[in-house]
Parts: sequence; structure tokens; C-alpha cells
Amino acid sequence: MSSQTITAPIPKTPLQEFWHYFRTNKGAVAGLSFIVLICFMAIFADFVAPHSPSQQYRDALLLPPAWLQGGNWSFILGTDDVGRDILSRLIHGSRLSISVGIVAVTASLIMGILLGLIAGYFKGMIDTMIMRIVDIMLAMPSLLLAIAIVAILGPSIVNAALAISIVSLPHYVRLTRAATMAEMSKDYVTSSRVIGAGPLRLMFVCILPNCLAPLIVQATLGFSTAILDMAALGFLGLGAQPPTPEWGSMLSDALQFVQRAWWVVTFPGLMILITVLAFNLMGDGLRDALDPKLKQ
Amino acid sequence: MFQFIFRRLSLVVPTFIGITLLTFTLIRLIPGDPIEVMAGERGVSAERHAELSAQLGFDQPLYVQYFRYVSGVLQGDLGNSLITKEPVMKEFLTLFPATIELAFCAAIFAILVGLPAGIFAAVKRGTVLDHSVMTFSLTGYSMPIFWWALLLMLVFSVTLGWTPVSGRIDVVYWIDDVTGFMLIDALLSDEVGAFRSAVSHLILPSIVLGTIPMAVIARMTRSSMLEVLSEDYIRTARAKGIAPWRVIIIHALRNALIPVITVIGLQVGILLSGAILTETVFAWPGIGKWLIESIGRRDYPVVQGGILIVACIIITVNLLVDIAYGIVNPRIRHSK
Repeated sequence: MSSQTITAPIPKTPLQEFWHYFRTNKGAVAGLSFIVLICFMAIFADFVAPHSPSQQYRDALLLPPAWLQGGNWSFILGTDDVGRDILSRLIHGSRLSISVGIVAVTASLIMGILLGLIAGYFKGMIDTMIMRIVDIMLAMPSLLLAIAIVAILGPSIVNAALAISIVSLPHYVRLTRAATMAEMSKDYVTSSRVIGAGPLRLMFVCILPNCLAPLIVQATLGFSTAILDMAALGFLGLGAQPPTPEWGSMLSDALQFVQRAWWVVTFPGLMILITVLAFNLMGDGLRDALDPKLKQ
Repeated sequence: MFQFIFRRLSLVVPTFIGITLLTFTLIRLIPGDPIEVMAGERGVSAERHAELSAQLGFDQPLYVQYFRYVSGVLQGDLGNSLITKEPVMKEFLTLFPATIELAFCAAIFAILVGLPAGIFAAVKRGTVLDHSVMTFSLTGYSMPIFWWALLLMLVFSVTLGWTPVSGRIDVVYWIDDVTGFMLIDALLSDEVGAFRSAVSHLILPSIVLGTIPMAVIARMTRSSMLEVLSEDYIRTARAKGIAPWRVIIIHALRNALIPVITVIGLQVGILLSGAILTETVFAWPGIGKWLIESIGRRDYPVVQGGILIVACIIITVNLLVDIAYGIVNPRIRHSK
């Protein structure tokens, strides 16, 4: 009889455990891969893009994609009405969409966490006030509110990003407040308080780290909303202004050529759809992986 | 019950005040002097400026201006459009039926497709059918609907020629404006083929506008059905030998529908904001297109009034959904 050595399984670190659960969701992994690809394209747009996004090739107007008759392999996805390479504009557009996503999500995450922590920690009057304001913001459709904000401030990328971050604020406030209230009643918070931890320490060191899971999921989904709203604002002429290569405004610029050249509208829209889908897939995967109820 | 309704109603008051404050501030946050903005590039003389200022009440303290604004709003006076000089409320009321018609058809489409899709996905959990329904609904949920509109238009209107590209009805028909709803007016009129034309104009916009709500409804129905199907009473019903379809439709669906109905009610906001994009693409003469054009023309009273009305509609619908939810679910009614 041969002897077998049995080793105790090495306990997984939280990150390893998370990855273990996240990996089982194929959609989420696909989403993550696409997001990594997009981020790579955004960062190295100048090297990846075959042409400059604003270079106009006057002898190649509305050229179809390369695989069609009349296409040219130097313009793989064809050219638009003034002869700009669509692929290059899409690649440079990803830079804009991703950075608007990052700015909008970070801004609303920071403000939302602050307001949510304050509301959940102090309760009473201040909580009621914050939550009433949040309710008012939730009563407006996000796109309409964003349009209103841009209408006041004037159309530009910065104002659109600002509008998007204000619009998505309520969700973060609500989530943080609910999580804070749930944590406040737990013993570890009480014991920290008994030891003498001040409100700031309790809020940011004790409570906040334990509220992060739903916020991470919401932030990922917030990216998809930010990109979608940014494109919608661009499409309505209230976001990025031409000739900026932004996916939504690329679509609206090309509207009059829809019938002659399907590719000028198809590819930017497809890019928006796939990117938004990738973030949604990853958000779903994150929710499953971070939710302790589903792990058991 | 009345106490519950009263409590919910009292919560609406601060929300309404907040929204009027927001729309009131909106017009005053525009960089520059409001009268000069209204006058446009021609500019105004100093006397005319003072006159207009007194006429519009800009010389009064802010709280007086706000009080006047709210009392006007409560009487249905939202000011006049700078371009057409018509009352904002009147313009809104002439355009609103077009949006309702579109939103209603979109909601019907979303429910007719989303609900069965969600039920099938839940019943056939883990199968190819389930996976494809979930993939389609996530795709629909991520859809930039302005692009979706263009794509459908390109395929069905331009290439196949099945549906018209834009508008509510063919220009050859002259329909009397009785109700404002084109479908009903076309039926009432004696024109042959008018109803058909109105329906064909509605198909693509309704599908586009209904896509996101459809995806939301399908996802919600699926998860709600899955939860209900794992309950003990369903197992009991099955064990009693009740036909499988009867268990699903009569026993499970009724309970699974409660959260779904709430979600359907909450889609009104999505429908109204989606209408902005859909109406712009399909040249649909509703409030979404009206708002966007007003922003482009810097017609601030219209923007201000339009946003206020839309927000009020959404508050009202959310309130009704809440109350309906309280009626069907006593736990909500009695919780604080």
C-alpha cells in the first residue's frame, strides 16, 4: 500500500477567491477582455491608429470598408464624407469615451460616497435633506437632466462629463447610505466607537471598506451609462463638438449619408454597443463574484 | 390604507418644490443677462431693457420671483415661448398626444415581447433558449437607441422599403385633429388607407423606443419567476398533479408579476427620455423633439416648462406605482 501525503489546501487570498468566482462567468471574462483591449487602444491611440483622426484624404471620400468592392486596405473600415479614416477615428474616440467614463464615474463616486456616508452615519435632519435632493434627482430621467445641465452650461465634452456625473450621483448616495446603515448596527463598529474612534475614523476606516462591494459593481455599470449618455449627448449635438472624434457625434455627422454609405453610421454605433455591453457583462460578473450569498 | 396614501402624497410635496426650484434656477444660471439672451444678437436699448425687466419681474427680489413662478405653475401658466409667443402649456398639450401614442405602443411592444421571453427563459432555465434570451436582453439593455433607430431605418425603410422613414402619417392624408392621437383620428376619418399608413409609421419608432424597457422587463420577469418557481407552494401544486402550464401561468406568474409591474411603471421615465432620441431620429412631432429643438433655438421658457412637466409626469407615475404596490403588498403599506 503506497503512502499518500495529503496537504491542506492553501487558503485563497480574497483576490484569488474573487478571481475564482469571476472566472466561471464567461460573459464577464469576455467583457473584461474587451475593456482591456479598448483601454489599450485608448492609451496607445497614436501608435495603434493607422491614420490621424483629423487627416482628410480628399481623393478617398466615403470609401467603403476594405472587403467591399472599391475598398482600400489602407482604410480598413472605410472613410467618411470628408475622407477621414473611420477606424482611426473610432480608436481615438475610445480615448475620449474611456476618459469621460473615468472622470464621470470617479467624480460621482467620490461625491456619492461622501454624501451617502454622511447621510447614513449622522441620520436625522441631514439624512432627510440629502435623501430628498436625491429623490428629486431620481424623478428626472437621467438623459433629460443631463440635457438640461448642458443646456445651461453650453455644449462641450467637459460640461457633458459634469452633467453625467451629476446625473449618476443618486445611485451612489443611495447605495452608500444603505450599506452604511447596515454596517452601523454591527458589533465591530460599536466596539471601535467604544475604544474611542472618532466619526471620521469610523466612517472612512471602519465602515467604508465594508460597503465597497456594491459600489464597485455600481461603478462598473456607471461606466456603461456614462458612455451611452455621452454618445447620446454627442448625437444630439450637446456633447463633443465636431471635428472631435467622438462616437456619438460621428454618428450624427454622418446622418445625411446614411442612404449612400451605411458604414459611416454602422461602425461607430457598433463600437458604442460593444463597449457598453462589455461593461454591463463585467458588472454582472462582478456582482455575482462579490455577492457572498451566491458563493455558497 | 388612506394613511399610507397620505404619507406617500406628502412626500411628493418637497419633491415638487425641489423640481420647481431646479427649473427656476435653471433659467437664471444661464451665463449672461436673461433679457439679453432672450433678445438675441440684436440687443436691446437701456429703456427697453428696464421695461422688459419690470414686465418679466426680473427687478423683484429672487424669493418674490420664485413665488410668482410657482403660483404661475400651479395655475398652469408656464410662460410663453420666445419664438412662437404661444403659451408653453398650449404647445405642450398639442404635442403631447404624439408622444403618448408612441410611448404607449412602445410599452405594448416591450410587454408583449419581454414578458413571454422572461417566462420562457425562467421555465427553461440553463438551456440554449434561456441563454439566448438573456444575451438578447443584455444587448437590448446596452443598445444606443439612436443608432438602433438608424439601423432599422436603413434596413426596413431604405433597403426593403417596408416602412416609411419618418413622420406620423403620409402627407397625402389630411386627418382632422380630433383627439390628437393619429391612430384614433385616422380611424375616425373617412380616408381609405389612413389607418394603415399611421400604423406603418408607428412600427419602427415603437420598436426602437420599446427595446430598452423590453430588455428590462425580460430580465426582471426571469429573475422574479425563478424565485417564485423555487417556492414550496409551486412544488405542492406540481405534486398535486396540476398541468405544468397551469402551474406556471396561474400559480407562479401571478405572484411573479408584482415586481414586474413595478418595473413596468418605472419604465415611464425611460420611455420619456428615450422619446427625446427616438423622436429626433424619426422626426416624430412630440415633446422630445420639441425640447431638443427648443434647446437649439435657446427658447428657455420652453426648456424650463418642458422639463418641469416631464418631471411632474414621472413623479405622478412613480407615486401611482408606489400606491398600487402598497395595495397589492401589505408589507409595504405597513412599513415606515
